[in-house]
Amino acid sequence: MARKDKMSGNEAVATAMRQIEPDVMAAFPITPSTEIPQYYSKFIADGKVDTEFIAVESEHSAMSACMGASAAGARAVTATSSAGLAYMWEVLYIVASSSLPVVMAVVNRALSAPININNDHSDSMGARDTGWIQLYAESNQEVYDNYIQAFSIAEACRLPVMVCQDGFITSHGVSNIELLEDSEVKDFVGEYMPADYLLKSENPLAIGPFGVSSYYMEIKRKQAESMKASMPIITEVADKYAKLSGRQYSFFEEYMMDDADIALLIIGSSAGTAKATVNLLRSEGKKVGLIKLRVFRPFPRESLAKAMCKVKAVAIMDKAESFSNSGGPLFSEARSSLYDLPNKPYAINYIYGLGGRDITVEHFCEIYNDLFAIIDSNDPGDVYRYIGVRDSRFK
Amino acid sequence: MENINLTEIRWHGRGGQGAKTACMLLADAAFNSGKHVQGFPEYGPERMGAPITAYNRISDAHCDVHSNIYYPNYVVVVDETLLNSVDVTSGLHEAGALIVNSKKTPEEIRQKVNGYPGKICVVDATAISLETIGKNFPNTPMLAATVKITNLIETNKFLQDMEESLKHKFSKKPHLIAGNIAAFKKSMEEVLVG
Amino acid sequence: MSLKKASLINTNSTWQEVTLAGEIYEPSTSLLFNTGEWRVNKPVIDWDKCTHCLLCAPYCPDSSIPVKSGLRLEYDYMHCKGCGICANVCPVNAITMIKEG
Repeated sequence: MARKDKMSGNEAVATAMRQIEPDVMAAFPITPSTEIPQYYSKFIADGKVDTEFIAVESEHSAMSACMGASAAGARAVTATSSAGLAYMWEVLYIVASSSLPVVMAVVNRALSAPININNDHSDSMGARDTGWIQLYAESNQEVYDNYIQAFSIAEACRLPVMVCQDGFITSHGVSNIELLEDSEVKDFVGEYMPADYLLKSENPLAIGPFGVSSYYMEIKRKQAESMKASMPIITEVADKYAKLSGRQYSFFEEYMMDDADIALLIIGSSAGTAKATVNLLRSEGKKVGLIKLRVFRPFPRESLAKAMCKVKAVAIMDKAESFSNSGGPLFSEARSSLYDLPNKPYAINYIYGLGGRDITVEHFCEIYNDLFAIIDSNDPGDVYRYIGVRDSRFK
Repeated sequence: MENINLTEIRWHGRGGQGAKTACMLLADAAFNSGKHVQGFPEYGPERMGAPITAYNRISDAHCDVHSNIYYPNYVVVVDETLLNSVDVTSGLHEAGALIVNSKKTPEEIRQKVNGYPGKICVVDATAISLETIGKNFPNTPMLAATVKITNLIETNKFLQDMEESLKHKFSKKPHLIAGNIAAFKKSMEEVLVG
Repeated sequence: MSLKKASLINTNSTWQEVTLAGEIYEPSTSLLFNTGEWRVNKPVIDWDKCTHCLLCAPYCPDSSIPVKSGLRLEYDYMHCKGCGICANVCPVNAITMIKEG
């Protein structure tokens, strides 16, 4: 039975964590994810969960402790943001490459410099090639739902999962949510029973061996296959979760796409603001649509390209710079996925929302207007753009 | 397009005065009366005394928008001195209201906010707080005045809810419950609409 | 299909055959590795001179001098790398290093 409540995204993650009750949590606090270990420590102190909390001295150690715990056979979790995620870098690769199903709540925040505590996707986008599955959420409800699904995905794929939400916007914003009963969540994730683990005495195991050149590449190729194999598993878990919760998830959500002429492709909380813009423009008779990407790793190349091909122009929104001089990370991948298709839309990149810069319905209207102008003139202009930045050229 | 009957409220306060807490409590109270709510502060480095902003969206159905609020229906000013430095009525609907913690009359306040033509409400939240709670927590009376003026929540239901949540929050300091409830009631009685 | 047994995996194994993340599912797999091939000089023992003082065994860095019931046995030439420490420490000069081949 669903329970209606109201809470912040951080509390939603901590609540899901309490319902799952992992064996080990190792964490070092950093804004804006601090509340997650804070709430969870209280659950432990109040005797609501029996989880070993490891208070470490850094995020590098937090991820290392998760790695050790997971290798030993425990269900291990952590939470972090920004510089904390950057400090885990080395161990992110080791956890993924050792096929350890650690689940990490990432509360997205900008990276320094200049120092900034507000939201953008630089931190997790920077970690996009570490071998972790990445799920992104629009709302506190979605981060709760993604977090519960993450364990089934991670353990079936033997890959770690980052469950990302937008710092402050959803992490600290209180809104309505529907929670599952504790027993429903426990049944859904089930008992963690890995086939092999270090503490299984009857079956000695070595993890993390030296991989000389004559073996390393085969092992990496196999790791790439795990990411590919995760795609049907992500769908299966989403379908099973839909039966339980009534909320259906996929790799991406299409909003008003069936007859749309133009569309946005976007990740995270700003998708909500963009949906409100779609509603507004639709009420004026404009055929606009939206695609919200939930799973960035593995990247749903074929199905996403097909969805984008329903329109004549698509604005690909990046809340992270990649300093490639060729656009942000979502743009590079989404645009590349269109390459093999014969009738592709114009694809325009907009970098937005860096370091907490707000993006509004008015901004999205401006973008949709740009796209209409592009399809009318058949001239995409510069495809690598910014929105919401002060620019002397346009004063 | 579905009409979700959305009300947007912007709070102005100073770090440490509890504007964010009041914003969150309003979200709680509205949720308890069956509304869809958002309550979120605009975050930055935490500095006691620096101007802060917090926001509420209250509606009959889910609201997708995740941006800050630029065209609020109501603005609540927890600290009157902010009128000198912050453009508190920026984007404020004329059909809405400005609610200020002040001893001044609505007309005196109007002089300070570029002649905002809508409703201006005042309540001396600081004095009420000192009298009922014994300390300067202007957010408590400001929350009650906001409930009264916005008419989003039935006032008796609000008072019952608050009493419940205060019992929970101050289970070890029960003497604070009566003071807070008195502050709510007094503020609702004294808020002046001009 | 990945192979679980270490003895079946070698440098001809495909990516499908190697284990996930290079995991090893059994102990003592280093025994399968012929490090004796690395040897340039080979220790040879003169059993007439050996007093079974057993000083050579703990000095051997590759555990290639088996000892049983207080007596040292023949070298484990599959793992002896020919470092010569045993010949150096032998108090009765019973061990000689000879060139391989």
